[in-house]
Amino acid sequence: MKRLRLNLVIGGTLMGAVLALAVLALAWTPYDPVRTNLRRRLRPPSAEYWLGTDEFGRDVASRLMAGAVTSLGVAAATVLVALAIGIAIGLASGFLRGWVDRVLGAVNDTLLAFPGILLALGLLAVIGPSRSGIVLALGLAYAPTVARVVRGSVLSIREREFVEASRALGNSEGYTLLRHVLPHTAAPVIVLATSLFGWVILSESALSFLGLGVPPPAATWGNMLASARPFMAEAPLLSIAPGALIAMCLLGVNLLGDALRDLLDPRDGA
Amino acid sequence: MSLLEVAGLRIAAGARDIVRDLSFSVAEGETLALVGESGSGKSATARAVIGLLPPGLRHAGGRIALAGQDLSALPPATLRALRGPGMGMVFQEPMTSLNPAQRIGAQMAEGLALHTTLDAAARKRACIAMLERVGITDPERRLLAYPHEFSGGMRQRIMLASVMLLRPRLLIADEPTTALDTLTQAEVLALMKELAREQGSSILLITHDLGLVSRHADRALVMQSGQAVEEGPAAPLLAAPRHAYTRALVAALPRRGPARVIPPAPPLIEARSLSVAYPGRGGWFRRAAPMPAVQSVSLSIHPGEVVALVGGSGSGKTTLGRAMLRLLPASGGSLLFGGQDVTARSGPALLDFRLACQIVFQDPYSSLDPRMRVRDIVAEPLRLPAGMAPADRLARAEAMLAEVGLAGLGDRFPHALSGGQRQRVAIARALVRNPAFVVADEAVSALDATVRQQVIALLRDQQRKRGFACLFVTHDLGVVEEIADRVVVMQHGRIVEEGPRDQVLDAPAHDYTRALLAASVRLQG
Amino acid sequence: MALYVLKRLLAAIPTLLLVAASVFFLMRLIPGDPALLILGDAATPESVADLRAAMGLDRSLPVQFGLWLSQVAAGDLGLSITSGEAVGPLILDRFGVTAAIVLAAVAIAALVAVPAGMLAAWRQGSWGDIAAVSLATLLLSIPSFWLGLILLLVFGLKLGWVPVVGYVTFAEDAWAALGYIALPVATLALVEIGVLIRMARASTIEVLRLDYIAHARAKGVPEHRVLLRHAFPNAFAPTLTLLGLVLGNLLGGIAVIETVFTLPGLGRLLVEAIFARDYPVIQGVMLFIALVYVGVNLVVDLLYPVFDPRVAAS
Repeated sequence: MKRLRLNLVIGGTLMGAVLALAVLALAWTPYDPVRTNLRRRLRPPSAEYWLGTDEFGRDVASRLMAGAVTSLGVAAATVLVALAIGIAIGLASGFLRGWVDRVLGAVNDTLLAFPGILLALGLLAVIGPSRSGIVLALGLAYAPTVARVVRGSVLSIREREFVEASRALGNSEGYTLLRHVLPHTAAPVIVLATSLFGWVILSESALSFLGLGVPPPAATWGNMLASARPFMAEAPLLSIAPGALIAMCLLGVNLLGDALRDLLDPRDGA
Repeated sequence: MSLLEVAGLRIAAGARDIVRDLSFSVAEGETLALVGESGSGKSATARAVIGLLPPGLRHAGGRIALAGQDLSALPPATLRALRGPGMGMVFQEPMTSLNPAQRIGAQMAEGLALHTTLDAAARKRACIAMLERVGITDPERRLLAYPHEFSGGMRQRIMLASVMLLRPRLLIADEPTTALDTLTQAEVLALMKELAREQGSSILLITHDLGLVSRHADRALVMQSGQAVEEGPAAPLLAAPRHAYTRALVAALPRRGPARVIPPAPPLIEARSLSVAYPGRGGWFRRAAPMPAVQSVSLSIHPGEVVALVGGSGSGKTTLGRAMLRLLPASGGSLLFGGQDVTARSGPALLDFRLACQIVFQDPYSSLDPRMRVRDIVAEPLRLPAGMAPADRLARAEAMLAEVGLAGLGDRFPHALSGGQRQRVAIARALVRNPAFVVADEAVSALDATVRQQVIALLRDQQRKRGFACLFVTHDLGVVEEIADRVVVMQHGRIVEEGPRDQVLDAPAHDYTRALLAASVRLQG
Repeated sequence: MALYVLKRLLAAIPTLLLVAASVFFLMRLIPGDPALLILGDAATPESVADLRAAMGLDRSLPVQFGLWLSQVAAGDLGLSITSGEAVGPLILDRFGVTAAIVLAAVAIAALVAVPAGMLAAWRQGSWGDIAAVSLATLLLSIPSFWLGLILLLVFGLKLGWVPVVGYVTFAEDAWAALGYIALPVATLALVEIGVLIRMARASTIEVLRLDYIAHARAKGVPEHRVLLRHAFPNAFAPTLTLLGLVLGNLLGGIAVIETVFTLPGLGRLLVEAIFARDYPVIQGVMLFIALVYVGVNLVVDLLYPVFDPRVAAS
């Protein structure tokens, strides 16, 4: 119980801070995050530029804030895409069973035979790097995982006796699905969505780091890291700051995920 | 001198004591039963004796001595040397008490290797002899088998063999047969007693079943809420209980009710040569042969009649109960309700049948939707018959809840109720629509004795009052005595005997019925 | 047991076919005419038509898939558009460095994390356990490419212990090669240690609750033996499954680490091919990695009954 509360507090604080940074960046950043100024290249931190400037003279603090908007926005959109597709497929194959389940299951298993990020890379090769491209690619790549979790929980819930009781009352299959099955998939889906949010932030920054993510000059933590790589010796902060933000964000998500799992895990009582 | 001496034992869970000031002793060769319902602290006491309290529980005070040696004062290594030859333990759940990743032989020989100087060949010989002794055929080959290759009863025999191999002076048996079938239960317990007698072991038997106490224990100690309420030689204690709680336990034992005369009428529901088969596990291209669970069973139930459907696990009784409600499809034969064939009805045509029939499940923990309030659970069945306003439904649900003794609890969620209360909710849900036919599937098997008695009384009273026909699926002949008008015995998916209650119980015609009756433990004398 | 192995091997065949099909059709979704792309500026209508015929592009999709599949089965993955090299040998050439890094990282991570996770579970709630869980969660939250950059900054640039850029193969100079792969291996191992500690700990906690552990203790079995003989095989089975997944994810995401450490591995090949729109290479690498992944999971499944004999029975 104590650990649950600690996870909740630390995770909430970290995520809250990143979220606040992103919301603030929507309204205000110290400087224009994409405006270059070659006379002010690679400045160290100062009162004027809190975290210094990058190789194009752009303010690093402003770019980090703008990057928070990109990363969180892309992650949220991707999670929604993955959930929408995955829940629909998972519910259909878990509840209808029969040949629907066979076909969807085979497709799903095939997609799960690719490591998630490899599938996203392949899809990006088709779609091409762009903000919506990355949302679609990552969303499609993670949807099979969601589908598997939803299907699994539907299959286990429909074996519970209260579902049979609903059928014995004469309730229709549709009513039973909506009233007695669907609400119980919420807990595992929420827990999964939290982890998914973390994976997507990580994958998006990795793809951006490779140059396959959100295209420049827009700032993302991943492409900031990539462009900082050649200047690691002269300006190490350029490499350290974006990664530290990603790590902070992921730590927050992971701790929140642990807390949610402890809260919602059906094995530890209702 | 006593073999085991427990004085002033206190076990704590966090700041709460779950066992307080408990003292008892077990003499050499004696069997002491610790009796109590769930939450009485009897299992924690057993675990404390062998020093294996689960995480979260703490031995907070008191002395436990085995043959005069204070166990809590011993260094861990000395204590380990005592576990096995000094005291052994048989667990309740045979499905989880053997290591699934290790062969039977290795698990049995492990204790011998630790505690004796026998060489590998001698250990193997000892294991084979012991397996043979507990009735495992072809023991030499079976040493190489894994636990999942055995049935529950076989595993419990192997468990017993592995413990008794070390000739423990004290055998702790924690509900050793609760998870087993009635028939198997009797065999395993008899075997345990025999082995203990041969080796001169004492037994500390943890049980909730007074029948077992009367048949197997020399002395009994009754526990309630972590404290001893009564102790003494088993027979007189059960014959003339002094403490109010012991009296309540004894009073909760099943007693035969008067035989009723059911007025003749055409059958309400009738199965004609009904068969049910579970589909074989299918692949993409082929499907395994179906598994028959019920084979050509004919059974009719008349209005207002209570029929007990009795059998061991795997007899097909639960499947038949489900199939009579059309919760499982029939693979052959037909089902008639009120003279009309409902075997193949579906959709709206089936609704009339659904509205007239209900079921009460065994496990009240899984039969109620944990996300619904109790009032909504009871009101849900009223959704379907047309013409009832939502407010009326809730009012009717509240009235029904009051009728089953849960007035004022409508706002609770199932998890905030006790097991007995939940089963009352399940009964209220089943009866709120005034069904003509109710299937009760082991409806009281998961409950503690005193609670079970109350729930049976509730069911009986409601049946008398509302006059519904009831198919009571059960393995427990005690329940049959209490509530049934007629008894139907199933084995291997077929009905082997059928007749009025007193006739089947007092003069059973079939061997299987006789074996069931012999194995069902009732108070002796 | 033999039946289980056979069943499992047979079950892998449709998966392999479906994986190949999805790679093939995914590549066909790419907008544009592959023949036009290959010929580039030199394209004339005649040469395009010739090439289309040569590549079988004028036939129906199922026929094309069949043709492609028979070529793949013979080990022919086509030619790279940019370099004209055969894709198959190219992939095998690049796979060496990738395989070395991933296998070493997973082996090190498992050797550290599994005992650590089991000990943490054994002393659940102790300071050691809390430290292990906290460290694992922290490691889990650090992006591998950033950790790589930081390690490179510290050990390469500041301390000068390892070279910052470049690569030599083990065949050329084993000692120098070790220097080049030390940091990438350490990076991946550190990141995966987090995942594995949590998994090993969680499954050990599950197992330690079960009656057969109490049964072993009630027989007087000493704690180290309880852990090694009774808890480990049962707790390791789910971890083994995770190891397969981890290996696959590392392979899928290896491009990032190879970019950080400028290693000429399979991941770099894939990313470069994506940039150059070199479809035969993209197709070949994706297929190859997916096949390796399916193979790894197959090996995991075949090893599983060693730890949990119930699996082979069902």
